[in-house]
Amino acid sequence: MLDHDTLAMIWFVLLGVLLIGYTILDGFDLGVGILHPIAKSDEQRRLMMNSIGPLWDGNEVWLVTFGGALFAAFPYAYATVFSAFYVAFMLLLFALIFRAVSLEFRSKTENPAWRRVWDFGFFASSFLAAFLFGVAGGNLMLGLPMSQNLTVHQTLLEQLSPYPLVIGALTVTLFTMHGAIFLYLKTEGDLQKQAEQWIWRAFGFFLVVYMLATMFTLIEVPRATHKFEEHPWLWIAPILNVLAIANIPRAMFRKQPAYAFASSCATIAALAFLFAAAIFPDLVPSTIDPAWSLTIYTARASAKTLDIMLLIALIGMPCVLTYTAVIYWVFRGKVKLERTSY
Amino acid sequence: MDVEVLSRLQFAGTIMFHYLFPPLTIGMGLVMVIIEGMWLKTGDVSWNHAARFWTRIFALNFALGIATGIVMEFEFGTNWAAYSRFVGDVFGSALAAEGIFAFFLESGFLAVLVFGWDRVGPKLHFFSTLMVFLGSCFSAIWIVVANSWQQTPAGYHVVDTEVNGVPGLRAEITDYWAMVFNPSSADRLIHTLIGAMILGGFFVCSISAYYLIRKRHELFARRCFTIGVVVAAIFSVASLISGHHQAQTVSRTQPAKLAAFEGHFKTGPGDLHLFGWPDAKTQQVKYGLAIPGMLSFLLYADSEEPVTGLDAFAPEDQPPVWLPFQSYHIMAGLGTFFILLSCVSLVLLRGGRIFRMRWLLWVFVFTVFGAFVANEAGWIAAETGRQPWVVYPSVQDGVSMPGLRTSEGLSESVRAEQVWWSIAMFGLIYTLLFGVWLYVLNDKIQHGPDEGASIARRTGSLREAAAALAGHSRSLLGSNHQREERR
Repeated sequence: MLDHDTLAMIWFVLLGVLLIGYTILDGFDLGVGILHPIAKSDEQRRLMMNSIGPLWDGNEVWLVTFGGALFAAFPYAYATVFSAFYVAFMLLLFALIFRAVSLEFRSKTENPAWRRVWDFGFFASSFLAAFLFGVAGGNLMLGLPMSQNLTVHQTLLEQLSPYPLVIGALTVTLFTMHGAIFLYLKTEGDLQKQAEQWIWRAFGFFLVVYMLATMFTLIEVPRATHKFEEHPWLWIAPILNVLAIANIPRAMFRKQPAYAFASSCATIAALAFLFAAAIFPDLVPSTIDPAWSLTIYTARASAKTLDIMLLIALIGMPCVLTYTAVIYWVFRGKVKLERTSY
Repeated sequence: MDVEVLSRLQFAGTIMFHYLFPPLTIGMGLVMVIIEGMWLKTGDVSWNHAARFWTRIFALNFALGIATGIVMEFEFGTNWAAYSRFVGDVFGSALAAEGIFAFFLESGFLAVLVFGWDRVGPKLHFFSTLMVFLGSCFSAIWIVVANSWQQTPAGYHVVDTEVNGVPGLRAEITDYWAMVFNPSSADRLIHTLIGAMILGGFFVCSISAYYLIRKRHELFARRCFTIGVVVAAIFSVASLISGHHQAQTVSRTQPAKLAAFEGHFKTGPGDLHLFGWPDAKTQQVKYGLAIPGMLSFLLYADSEEPVTGLDAFAPEDQPPVWLPFQSYHIMAGLGTFFILLSCVSLVLLRGGRIFRMRWLLWVFVFTVFGAFVANEAGWIAAETGRQPWVVYPSVQDGVSMPGLRTSEGLSESVRAEQVWWSIAMFGLIYTLLFGVWLYVLNDKIQHGPDEGASIARRTGSLREAAAALAGHSRSLLGSNHQREERR
């Protein structure tokens, strides 16, 4: 059996993998939802929904598994974070419910008013979910006012301070761009031409917010920059990040959308990595007294549980990757409206 | 109301709404595996239409199951932080296993099930249906194991913890398989799955019976009704056996719960109530009808054997009585009704007599509501009967382990008005969801399964059209044959 500290470290990395998997996969379908209202016709909206139709619920399972793994591997962090973000997470839940239902029900009848309602629901819930993930991430970067007994008393308004708002804008613009590139890959004709325009616009917005967020992070989260002094190899991540971002317009100019998509995946992965590196070894930094922060060493489950879970993950993850690959293979190619479509 | 009552109400409301869907999808999964298996075996295209029809309805139920299920995972952390810290080491690992082993399997293959008809071959499609069914059973396994561990904990010890100098307690696994196969896991899992199959059977019967009454899609309806009745009959009888076995386990592992189920206030020979109105104040069951000594007889095969009553427990350790008693009796009563109805119908299926008995078909149209109620009532009994504990105290290797009271599990940082607000929102959204679910379900039922010709026209594939016509006429001939035989 591996020692307790190594197991905690492995689980921190595995949670990072789940987080990256989730943000890359659900990132594009949240982005498609955000772009949904600017589509020109009902057919285009149906095509957009069906581009993610067979994929979105599998993508959301990454979030569910991330939650379950956090609960099991770092139960104290799960308990503190979920109760600290009570209102924000309730809103997130409502958004996720509404999103699932909007997708499922929108095209069930022809009535335009019915469809308009669910169109709005699909957009608003996708936007809200993307935004709240950023807000939660931004707050964790800043740290939470966590007292000695691991509780946080903070209202939603206090959690909507400028820095988390900027990070919320970052996730929204990033996912929108990611979703637009995905749509470009999955569509053809007029819709694809529009998706190309959306990519450029979303890229512009993202670039502005990205620079703002970078500056803000340097000012607001000095801990993050100290990490780079201690571990210079971490510089790989921001360098890769910038290269990946720069490669998106390059690939689009060269009509290589698959590279653009790979680059936006890499951008998401790099940002998630930077987030993890910035808070490590904390899971919940305390702003009241840094000594009270929940670290991977204080929040962890017992060595035995972490060990069993590692075994479960080693058996389970190859299966998961296989199904995911099979599903994406079965539903490869351009999206078309069929009789089983939404 | 205080945070505890509100959080319990919120959990009860959201889990009960969620629990409308998982047993339905598990049970329907079985029926769909049978129907698609029939299609593969016979090549009769009307089986294919039946499979497609149930898949559409399945997808609708499944979407609601997922959407409402994510809520549950979040609520452990949002509303029950202290509980999460206490059980995370044990409960979290089961939940994570559910995610990795069950949810990915279900959601992945569901995509093939719903959207893959024209993209994969019939065998791979059948395999996907099987995987979705298996995945939904897996998810039941892990969540019921996690719940059972809280009722009859095993394979763990409670240790002192210290974070930031603040002392606490938590349960840690010592023996994983003892935790998984704790004393009640097998009984409760089997009973839960049986309940799901009964619901699936009656759900299919309900829609089929409606078509039979309306004289629509008759071939489809007869076939599906027959499958539904057979499934319902097998599992209704099985539920009696498993329920009896489970009651014996509960009498050993959670005697206070069994006493609450039966309104058995004082230790002594136990009567079996058919119905009644337990009154905790007077410690009596009013207006009841009981078979004297029957409870003792069922548990110990001796009507004189004393059964532990609620008086054996300190007042603060006693569960409420009225709610567990009533929900338990509603479940058991409905279960008895299911056995009678499905077994009588099984006999009437011979020669198709049942298809001419409109009143009995009407009974089937509505029995599905009873099956929903029975599944819900069973869980209400299980969960209220274990109060005041969320994790039961136990003895492990001669050492007594403290339990966790429900009142000790709350989030310290959450305030009553926040819970109020979220209950109101859940109430609103779930009411809306329920309405939309019924609306779309009705829409799909009114639309009905595709008939052979129409489906072929829409896809425009010659080969499929030919196959559809051939299958269709064959099936028409088949039913003509049957009619002649009956004459």
